[in-house]
Amino acid sequence: MARPRPAGYVAEPGSSKANKTGSWRTEKPVFLHDTCTDCRICVLVCPDGIIFGADSIYDADFDFCKGCGICAAECPVDDIEMAPEVR
Amino acid sequence: MSDTKTKKKRKEKPPIEEPLLAPGHRACSGCGESLGAKLVMDAAGPNTYATCCTGCLEVFSTPYPESAWKMPWIHSLFENSSAVAAGIEAALIAQGRDKDVNIIAMGGDGGTADIGIGCLSGMLERGHNILYVCFDNEAYMNTGVQRSGLTPFDARTSTSPPGKRSWGNKTTKKNLPGIAGAHGIPYVATATVGYPNDLINKVKKALKIQGPKYMQVHVPCPLGWIHPTDQTIEIAKLAVLTGLIPIYEMEYGEVTRVRKIGKNRRPVEDYLKPQGRFRHLFAKGAEAEEELEKIRQIAEDNIKKFGLA
Repeated sequence: MARPRPAGYVAEPGSSKANKTGSWRTEKPVFLHDTCTDCRICVLVCPDGIIFGADSIYDADFDFCKGCGICAAECPVDDIEMAPEVR
Repeated sequence: MSDTKTKKKRKEKPPIEEPLLAPGHRACSGCGESLGAKLVMDAAGPNTYATCCTGCLEVFSTPYPESAWKMPWIHSLFENSSAVAAGIEAALIAQGRDKDVNIIAMGGDGGTADIGIGCLSGMLERGHNILYVCFDNEAYMNTGVQRSGLTPFDARTSTSPPGKRSWGNKTTKKNLPGIAGAHGIPYVATATVGYPNDLINKVKKALKIQGPKYMQVHVPCPLGWIHPTDQTIEIAKLAVLTGLIPIYEMEYGEVTRVRKIGKNRRPVEDYLKPQGRFRHLFAKGAEAEEELEKIRQIAEDNIKKFGLA
């Protein structure tokens, strides 16, 4: 028996990834990989959850990074800097 | 610098997984609510059913035909996220699938404190095993910053503009955790994105408790509060450190734990000044000082009431 169609619409889980929000950015975070202590606070506080990496080498996914600068503001050892986005 | 780094042997950290609120959603840059939702969902894990009120959270996460959620998620109306969650719980019990799943109902401050308070109260009263999370950004941000029941005193919103005859919002924040606690439910907590680990721990603790749970998460909104996007966490922390947003837990209507401010207490101006919505309070004159004094009194009352000092 065919399943009844729900009222409204059903979307694929996580399908918002089709929308690349990186184009919104006016500033980009630069990960200096210098004084990083591997605390992962940047990973925790990124509103979009797009900071990846391991062993003190982290970087943002620039397809989606909106350039809010929270990671740079919260980094306890100032290992992230914001730089103007050049396209 | 790098020598000391390699010498210290650290515990291996697990690989970073993509959050359950996938990127690509349309939240503004620096959005506190998307950060809050990400933290709540990652703390709850994938075995979660979520319902959502109308509001920023619903609109930015599910623009047609996409969804940012990686778990079962449903939006129905503005007021009934808690009622829909109650229905999901009843259906899961009827099907015998209610073990090891979490049900989370979410809403903004408008959908919780104003429009959905009836459905929320019903859910708490009937004793469903649901965690309700209210993301409190202190106004209806989605429709253009109109005031809500949780807008703080003297804040500028588009329906409470300051001017010659007004200092902004005339009312103080509704004590919604108190209202939820008055239902005698097992767990009520306030949290903030300023302290993400505290928020994660509270979600995990709440989900282990059987029965209705209510959490209010304070989330800054760079658009409505008019502050730089990178200050989201800092401003959320300042709200706590000034005493304006007390962080506490309640069990069966009694306050059991509070986050003390102690010596770290900051004057309310530190919190108000970076925000455009309170800019009118820093005009010259005795009247502005009078208004600031009223806000200082609110902080003082909170500190006394919850013993934050």
